[in-house]
Amino acid sequence: MTRVRILNLFSTILFRDLLLGVRNQSELVNPLIFFIMVITMFPLSIGPEQSALMQISPAIVWVAAVLASNLTIDGIFRSDYEDGSLEQMILSPHSGFTLVMAKILAHWLLAGVPLIIMVLMAGPFLYLPDYALQTLFYTLLLGTPVLSLIGAIAGGLTMGVRSSGMLQALLILPLIMPLLIFSVSAVNNAMKGLPVTGELYFLAAILVLALTLAPIAVFSALKIRLSE
Amino acid sequence: MEQLENFFHMGGYGFYVWLSYGITLIVLLLNYVMPRTREKKLVDRLNQISKMKGQGENES
Amino acid sequence: MWKWITKYASPMHFYLLANRLTPWFGWSAAVLFAVGLYGAFFYAPADYQQGESFRIIYIHVPSAWMSMFVYMVMAGAGAAGLIWKTKVSDAVARSCAPLGASFTFLALATGSLWGKPMWGTWWVWDARLTSELILLFLYLGYIALQSAIDDRRTAARAGAILALVGVVNIPIIHYSVIWWNTLHQGPTISKLDSPSIHIDMLIPLLVMAIAFNLYFAAMVLIRARMEIVEQEKNSKWVQELIVDKVSV
Repeated sequence: MTRVRILNLFSTILFRDLLLGVRNQSELVNPLIFFIMVITMFPLSIGPEQSALMQISPAIVWVAAVLASNLTIDGIFRSDYEDGSLEQMILSPHSGFTLVMAKILAHWLLAGVPLIIMVLMAGPFLYLPDYALQTLFYTLLLGTPVLSLIGAIAGGLTMGVRSSGMLQALLILPLIMPLLIFSVSAVNNAMKGLPVTGELYFLAAILVLALTLAPIAVFSALKIRLSE
Repeated sequence: MEQLENFFHMGGYGFYVWLSYGITLIVLLLNYVMPRTREKKLVDRLNQISKMKGQGENES
Repeated sequence: MWKWITKYASPMHFYLLANRLTPWFGWSAAVLFAVGLYGAFFYAPADYQQGESFRIIYIHVPSAWMSMFVYMVMAGAGAAGLIWKTKVSDAVARSCAPLGASFTFLALATGSLWGKPMWGTWWVWDARLTSELILLFLYLGYIALQSAIDDRRTAARAGAILALVGVVNIPIIHYSVIWWNTLHQGPTISKLDSPSIHIDMLIPLLVMAIAFNLYFAAMVLIRARMEIVEQEKNSKWVQELIVDKVSV
């Protein structure tokens, strides 16, 4: 058996998933369109008055981001599960942690990063002042990987279950709440001119916790579901 | 009699207090009744099956 | 020294043990409920601020305590099932979920019914109630996940992973919500927080808490018994012990 270096394994799976994701363009673009539409619905229903919108725009952006990323969770493992390649990957003697991290990173690059770019462009839609937009960017940068990590746990647990979208959302949302609380409060503080370092440090801490523990949970969940 | 009335009235908060205790009673009872019923139904079905098997063996 | 406990990892022995223990837990729970309710209504004096409505505390607080305790038991049983692969721990974990969800629901409902006369609204995004709401979602997600997976063993193991992820998250969620709550309102001092709860009010509370715990023990045994019979219905011991006999 040839010794496969961890970096080789990681990059192989990463590039494979990225290539597959980029080829399937509708799966890439749909969540972004959904995100824009949700963001548009709020000014339409609340009214164009600037002060009202400014107050809730950080919350709108974050909720829309969470909902949009929920749409993409299913795709992390489903197609590989259905054609059997996931089973091969899990059963292989290579490091499961690496495999899972590569897939999650691919998901974040395909789903999270475009979302962040979209938010930067959508900032003016919601009357977000520059400092607040900057803080929003940092919270998304720290928070969307956590969305991918926790989403992967939910996706792994519900693999192969019929119409699992709702179940995944039900599993993800309670775990996401601290993220939501701290991100939105950070941006709100930025709008008031208060310092945001505390919240950002907390978000970073959540990210580190998720990075270390989530892949273990994901890999265990995959092994459990695949050994049925 | 007046004491009983006061008891039900609960200083004006009767509705909330008794509704709380009532909901609790219902929930606690349901948690007892539902598993028992399910187990009973299951055992009845198992009894039925074993009886049918017994008859089948007698006939053959 | 602890070898005798491994005997009860076998479904049959657990079933027999559950049969024996349930009446003890059940009746002592009933007695303590009676004592606690007497204490709640007749022994504890009315609160000078909240009047008689504070008597809801005797359900609200024990339910909230139980909702968190049961989650720990659920996660612990799930972990035991993952580590030692015992069917009994899977059945216990699965049984904890509806009970835990019930306690959480009771904490929320009684909290709401207590809040209406106190704060004037049916719902308040108070830190404790919000944490309980999120806990309810965690329970519902666990129940939904287990019902979505057909194979019981797989469902139990997947549920165990979910419960363990939840256990790690619960402290984070709890403190996040407290922090979030104190941002927008000043710290609200409720009767529960003040250290000077009168001893006459405290004793029935503790009695009710113990009663709830005994009730939980009895119910989880009943439900776990049912789950085991369902899972093992084709095995020999079920046929011999249970079929054609009347169960307690």
